Amino acid sequence: MPTIRVSADGGPALETHDVRVRYGDAEAIKGITMEIPRNKVVALIGPSGCGKSTLLRCFNRMNDLVPSASVTGEVLFHGENLYADHVDPVEVRRRIGMVFQKPNPFPKSIYDNVGFGPRLYGRPPDLDDIVERSLRQAALWDEVKDRMDDSALGLSGGQQQRLCIARALAVTPEILLMDEPASALDPIATAKIEELIQQLVEEYTIVIVTHNMQQAARVSHYTAYLYLGELVEYDDTNTIFTAPHEKHTEDYVTGRFG
Amino acid sequence: MSKPAVFEAARRPGGGIPALSGGLGGARSRTAKEAAIGGLLFGSGAVSILTTVGIIVVLVWESLAFFRRVSVSEFLTGTVWTPLFVPQHFGVLPLLVGSVLVSIIAALIAIPLGLGSAIYLSEFSPERLRRFLKPVLEILAGVPSVVYGYFALTFVTPLLRPLIPGLQLFNALSAGIVVGIMVLPLIASLSEDAMNAVPRGLRQGAYALGATKFEVATRVVTPAALSGIVASFVLAISRAIGETMAVVLAAGMTPNLTLDVRQSIQTLTAYIVQVSLGDTPFGSIEYQSIFAVGLLLFAVTLGMNVFGRWFLKRYREEYA
Amino acid sequence: MSAGRYSLEAPAALVARRRRGKVFQYLCLAATLTGVVTLVVLLADVLIEGVAWLTPTFFTEFPSRIPARAGIKSALYGTVWLVGLCALIAFPLGVAAAVWLEEYAKKGWLQTVIQTNIANLAGVPSIVYGILGLAVFVRWMVAFTGGRSVISGALTLSLLVLPILIIASQEAIRAVPGSIREASYGLGATRWQTVRHHVLPNAMPGILTGTILALSRAIGETAPLIMIGALTFIAFVPDGPRDQFTVLSIQIYNWASRPQADFQHLAAAAILVLLVMLLSMNALAIWLRNRYRRER
Repeated sequence: MPTIRVSADGGPALETHDVRVRYGDAEAIKGITMEIPRNKVVALIGPSGCGKSTLLRCFNRMNDLVPSASVTGEVLFHGENLYADHVDPVEVRRRIGMVFQKPNPFPKSIYDNVGFGPRLYGRPPDLDDIVERSLRQAALWDEVKDRMDDSALGLSGGQQQRLCIARALAVTPEILLMDEPASALDPIATAKIEELIQQLVEEYTIVIVTHNMQQAARVSHYTAYLYLGELVEYDDTNTIFTAPHEKHTEDYVTGRFG
Repeated sequence: MSKPAVFEAARRPGGGIPALSGGLGGARSRTAKEAAIGGLLFGSGAVSILTTVGIIVVLVWESLAFFRRVSVSEFLTGTVWTPLFVPQHFGVLPLLVGSVLVSIIAALIAIPLGLGSAIYLSEFSPERLRRFLKPVLEILAGVPSVVYGYFALTFVTPLLRPLIPGLQLFNALSAGIVVGIMVLPLIASLSEDAMNAVPRGLRQGAYALGATKFEVATRVVTPAALSGIVASFVLAISRAIGETMAVVLAAGMTPNLTLDVRQSIQTLTAYIVQVSLGDTPFGSIEYQSIFAVGLLLFAVTLGMNVFGRWFLKRYREEYA
Repeated sequence: MSAGRYSLEAPAALVARRRRGKVFQYLCLAATLTGVVTLVVLLADVLIEGVAWLTPTFFTEFPSRIPARAGIKSALYGTVWLVGLCALIAFPLGVAAAVWLEEYAKKGWLQTVIQTNIANLAGVPSIVYGILGLAVFVRWMVAFTGGRSVISGALTLSLLVLPILIIASQEAIRAVPGSIREASYGLGATRWQTVRHHVLPNAMPGILTGTILALSRAIGETAPLIMIGALTFIAFVPDGPRDQFTVLSIQIYNWASRPQADFQHLAAAAILVLLVMLLSMNALAIWLRNRYRRER
């Protein structure tokens, strides 16, 4: 199966080498080797159950939280394997952040949500600045600056998701992983998130899982098509959606199945 | 959820199918039968209302007789309680303070241990260990009150006496300790339920921000489950106030207005038992004092239970 | 913050956080184990103090002023009588009430009132039930119950365990899948026919489990029975429901409150008997629950 190497400036943000994931006896990811280039948006697409979320969770060791999961292979971050023995997954997750499909703000104030991450490392004296910066980056500052002490649960769905993005950005990760970030949102909120992604990619590397092909086409520079745990094709987005090399890819993106 | 029309049809005799209803005569008797059964079942449900009404009527009726002979202010503010001696005094404060004292000691034991158990079982414990520990805690809750009283008298007090100078044979401390152990499982199981109800997404979000398991447990899950946890405290303290036999055996039956836990005291519940153990003639003031004390006990525990459940309901809605 | 530092090992701050976490974890484990240890110590204490006194005569003799000749015969009979009568009263009442609440009652203020009322009753101290029993069953209904009799005790305890029984039965009934009811109604059955032939049989294991657990609570109750006049020194067994009686828990209290060491041993022996009864009932309930859960 073709695994296309994508050249990037300053080295890739992430490299995977023959990553495999098993849940008990079932193999969910069957040997994937790919590179995530720096400061670009990479979309992972494919039908339900193809393993795109599982692969995403390999990038920040969230699969560790599933007792039956076992991961082999390498995921290199600045040349270091995330799964090496001496690596602490908590440290990994600080550098590689994640936003989830269903917005999951803590039942705390907006300020305390964004400040949660930085507070884990002590009492940063500039917490107010960090919180403001993160909310500005998430395009939420203007809407909440006058009600920072209000409960985060009072925000709309789209606002909550942007809050979760701000919360993830507050610990200054290098890479932002997004697992179907807009699938629970209405079209207007979705458009805001997509706009946000275009802005954030100037500072961060973004990997986004989406089941919405039009969304992948809109926001990503590169797209990887997965099927049943295998990387079928990985190329720049334009190619994938207009002239894919694999027939399988073409069948999927033209909607012949899935 | 409104039932579709087929259920309404089914309630008509024979479900609207003439062949099954045995003709008009059969239909009428079947409706009558159904109605009778429905009435009987409702009656059973109403027994619970009768019970509550009965409790209130009984307590208030005899208390009224009591308060015709003893003023309410003397009852509630008096500091000497000697209904079974001459001269008789009816100040209930020694009993009330006794109950509160034992409950506070019980809370000081049950809250940290119960909450700690809940956090361990919910956030840290491996599954196999949990499957063993949970039933053990349930057994702890199932041990009868008399057995705890025996344990306090024959084990706890002798154990503590060399350590605490001045500890009497009957004392509030031992009583509080065993009552604490008794209500510990209540706090543990209710708090654990509250923590389990915290959505998985919250934990995932916290882990994804680079939090350790300890931080997820203490900074995310416990605060998110706080309403259920606090409600469990209130319900446990209410249970502790209502405890009888363990306190009777461990703390004795000496009404004693004191905060010195080494001394023997009497709680509201222990007094009620004491009167019943003796031969008290019906209609005497000693007999009526049972109901006045019982009314106070009922009011306090009911108040706490209602508050605990209201608190749970109000703050739980935060993210259902 | 992270530029230039590519190591993914735990930095010093994280190591400290992890250490704090471990300490906290062990503290919580200690808290949990305190409960376990206390239970073990309690059981060991009772066992050591009492097992030597579990002679055959212990079960066949009545209480006596002389410890060597004392036994729990009257208490044991009384307990069995009491629980038996209590089961006969509480079971049908409780199941009927649960059926009404789950299958018949319309979601309205009446149902809410009764439901809330039951939840409140479950939290009322047991001694208050004793007061109720004293006034209603022993005094007011003395012509029917015979005063301080087994039936008075059984009625009092039935009221006490009824809320628990109702709540457990409601859960069991609620667990019956709606598809079973729909199938029955669809065939033209009436509401009672559906309940009687489909819902109740399906929910029965859960209901029985709840009943056994409720009755095991009744066995351990002491204060309400003292209140309704179960005497503490009885040298006969009940012949009928209107007879006077005593129960195991009261016998334990009686012996435990005597200063002589021998009576303490007798109390421990009686506790062992009571605990064995409780353990058997709980084991039966758990066995029932597991057996029917597997069959589903």
